[in-house]
Amino acid sequence: MARGPVRRGRRGDFELHLSSNERSVLGELPQQLRSLLEHEDPTTDPAMARLYPPAYDDDPIRNLEYERLAGDDLTSQRLASIARMEATLDADRLSEDDVLAWLGVLNDLRLVLGTRLEVTEETTEDDFPSGDPRAEAFGLYVYLTWLVDAIVSALSAAS
Amino acid sequence: MTETITAPVEVDRPSDEDIPDPDLPWIVIVWNDPVNLMSYVTWVFQKLFGYPRAKAEKLMMDVHTKGKAVVSSGTREKAEFDVSRLHAHGLWATMQQDR
Repeated sequence: MARGPVRRGRRGDFELHLSSNERSVLGELPQQLRSLLEHEDPTTDPAMARLYPPAYDDDPIRNLEYERLAGDDLTSQRLASIARMEATLDADRLSEDDVLAWLGVLNDLRLVLGTRLEVTEETTEDDFPSGDPRAEAFGLYVYLTWLVDAIVSALSAAS
Repeated sequence: MTETITAPVEVDRPSDEDIPDPDLPWIVIVWNDPVNLMSYVTWVFQKLFGYPRAKAEKLMMDVHTKGKAVVSSGTREKAEFDVSRLHAHGLWATMQQDR
């Protein structure tokens, strides 16, 4: 049915149809996310704050507890997804767990880029014309939007 | 940074605070954000909560058009677990007592 970049295979696995150029771009992303997770702090970096939101709207003490108890677990899940994507970067077929790891990394990167670029629901490519220093990052954001949507479609297709 | 905790745990709190009725259920709210895709949010609701596609889509549309939706409820422990799973999937989720 769908002829997109990610297609559910008959054996419950997923076929990847990506160009060498796309693989080259994607190959750099897991380490970029890992570097952010290891070197930036949610209290000072808006993109990290987006990856680690507060659980309680109006209770700073409980938020501190939540961050202490859940924060490390969130980070270890993210690092595991990064490692799994790195291990399967050149693969033509992915298991469902592999695809879920890719999806986690790519969606986290969309959140990071979207925060850095201050994307709103009204943002279009016209907001980042060529020559704008942020145009390249927005181009990557648009590409990841397309790929994440394709992965979700493949995961949602009847298995 | 690598210490792994399998689930949030209850922590004793000072007793002299103005704490609402502990029997009130907790609700988990997902807030609209400009980045997460509608298709992705629908899929996350189906995956995490086992909701049928129609219910997941309705909740996603509530988030999108009303700015937020209550996606689950229960004890504080359950709500915190659900919030942490939503955070692991990049959704903006908070919890509060349903008063």
